Amino acid sequence: MKQNNTPLLQVKDLRVEYLTAGDPFAAVQDVSFDIHQNEVLGLAGESGCGKSTIAYALMRLHKPPALIRSGDIRFEGRSILTFDAERLRAWRWSEVSMVFQSAMNSLNPVMSILGQFSDMLKAHGKISRGEIIARTAEMLNMVGIPAERMHAYPHQLSGGMRQRVALALALTLRPKLIVMDEPTTALDVVVQREILQEVLRLREELGFSVLFITHDLALMAQISDRIGIMKGGEIVEIGTTEQIVTNPQHDYTRALWSAMPVLEQPKEAGANVR
Amino acid sequence: MLDDHVDILRLEKITKTFHIKPVFGSAKTVEALRNVNLSLKPGKALALVGESGSGKSTVGRMIVQHYEATSGRILFEGSDIADIADRASQMRYRQAVQMVFQDPFSSLNPAHTIRHHLQRALRLHQPDHAGEADVCRILDEVELDPNTTPDKYPHELSGGQRQRVNFARALAVNARLIVADEPTSMLDVSIRKSVLALMQRLKAERGLSILYITHDIATAEYLAEDTAVMFRGQVVEQGPTSDVVGAPKHSYTQLLRAAVPDPRQRLLAGDSGFSSHAKDVREASAHLVTGMIEQAPGHFTAQQ
Repeated sequence: MKQNNTPLLQVKDLRVEYLTAGDPFAAVQDVSFDIHQNEVLGLAGESGCGKSTIAYALMRLHKPPALIRSGDIRFEGRSILTFDAERLRAWRWSEVSMVFQSAMNSLNPVMSILGQFSDMLKAHGKISRGEIIARTAEMLNMVGIPAERMHAYPHQLSGGMRQRVALALALTLRPKLIVMDEPTTALDVVVQREILQEVLRLREELGFSVLFITHDLALMAQISDRIGIMKGGEIVEIGTTEQIVTNPQHDYTRALWSAMPVLEQPKEAGANVR
Repeated sequence: MLDDHVDILRLEKITKTFHIKPVFGSAKTVEALRNVNLSLKPGKALALVGESGSGKSTVGRMIVQHYEATSGRILFEGSDIADIADRASQMRYRQAVQMVFQDPFSSLNPAHTIRHHLQRALRLHQPDHAGEADVCRILDEVELDPNTTPDKYPHELSGGQRQRVNFARALAVNARLIVADEPTSMLDVSIRKSVLALMQRLKAERGLSILYITHDIATAEYLAEDTAVMFRGQVVEQGPTSDVVGAPKHSYTQLLRAAVPDPRQRLLAGDSGFSSHAKDVREASAHLVTGMIEQAPGHFTAQQ
């Protein structure tokens, strides 16, 4: 999967703390990892282990009382911690975009789908009304939504369709990295599978990297190239998907696997399910 | 399914139509349930599986009398719950049938301690057994620390612990049937199994019957002897879980089964047939069910 040797994103000794009345709480403790071009990196862990904090910190979307205490985040070799506000604004979404947790609720409820695309496109350069419509239609088609639905409001779309819109929005400016924070948690399994299939197809077509965050290890193993396991703000194990699935080294990884309700294989095992 | 005497719960030809009159736009009717037949034996669990909007929660809410059936009968231990007239039998029914909700964060009163939640249920339904010792006994039964938990407030407990309190509340009134509406879907994957194990134990040790409503077909086989799969308000397949989940016959159940994440199977970009297949199956499964075909003893699939 690697095209050259410089990783797209390098996170080194990242430490994010939340200021509290007492001692600061380190939600992310000296975490390091790389994401290569065209790679899907999964981050798994229980609620509260710091995985969403990492996602926000990567785009510098974290807000006080959270702050990056030490470490570095480099995107294509440039440290994003040194970006000023203007540069950061241009960089976000055009190079790194995000599909938020419960993305179905991340759309503005009082704006049509077209309006949301228009907002985003206008923020990143001069563009005519005609071009906005053409672009929106193209992106909606890409994620499998009929273009005429661009005039619909979020409440007129189903949960799965809203999720696809959020994905289309994240893809519009052709970013090199998409952060997906529990993108399908609220959806049922059939829709979830459809959307992930879509993500993989688009990655093949457009070529982007994904940081995929979820607590569902089985799902993660299906789409990631490498997986990092987080516990208490630290990455306790990181390795290829095959290694994490077949030969987990850390006790916590093994504990996570054994806590998962996984279906028996019916096709091979026959009717003997219990 | 033929023996009337042994079913603790039985739904016969249940239909539910909602009339929706939005502030804007025209009124419309939604057929939430179409001719649903289900049965549950004492001390067993029935899993009701389906996607969001398939009507499975409506079934649960009708059983606890939040909604009335448009037509059809719900029999609890052989008698129609629509016939409950006097307050005493109403009270008895509410004591026997308890519901556990999906969201453990909003189903407990944030202003009261866990002791209050349990004692209130005890006082209402078992006034003689509302002491401290009884609260401790019930907490112990759901594997919560009986010494420290009573004084805690809901926000001091994790999601899994809160869900245990909800089960404790159902135990406090000596419920015989628990309607558990997605009790694990808001919990982390890693603690789902322990809550399922609790339900399994309550079923085995206390002889509780459980109607387990879920969209996660993978968890059905941990708990339920029987499984019914719903789609667009109709039951499309039902029977023993080992048959329905292990060797599904209806195309919608097969689709659900295939979509469960399996870490051993990598998804590939080229595998785009899934979406079009899913669309075809959904369309075919939405048709009116005209009858049920028996595939194996007790294992039925819908004919559409």
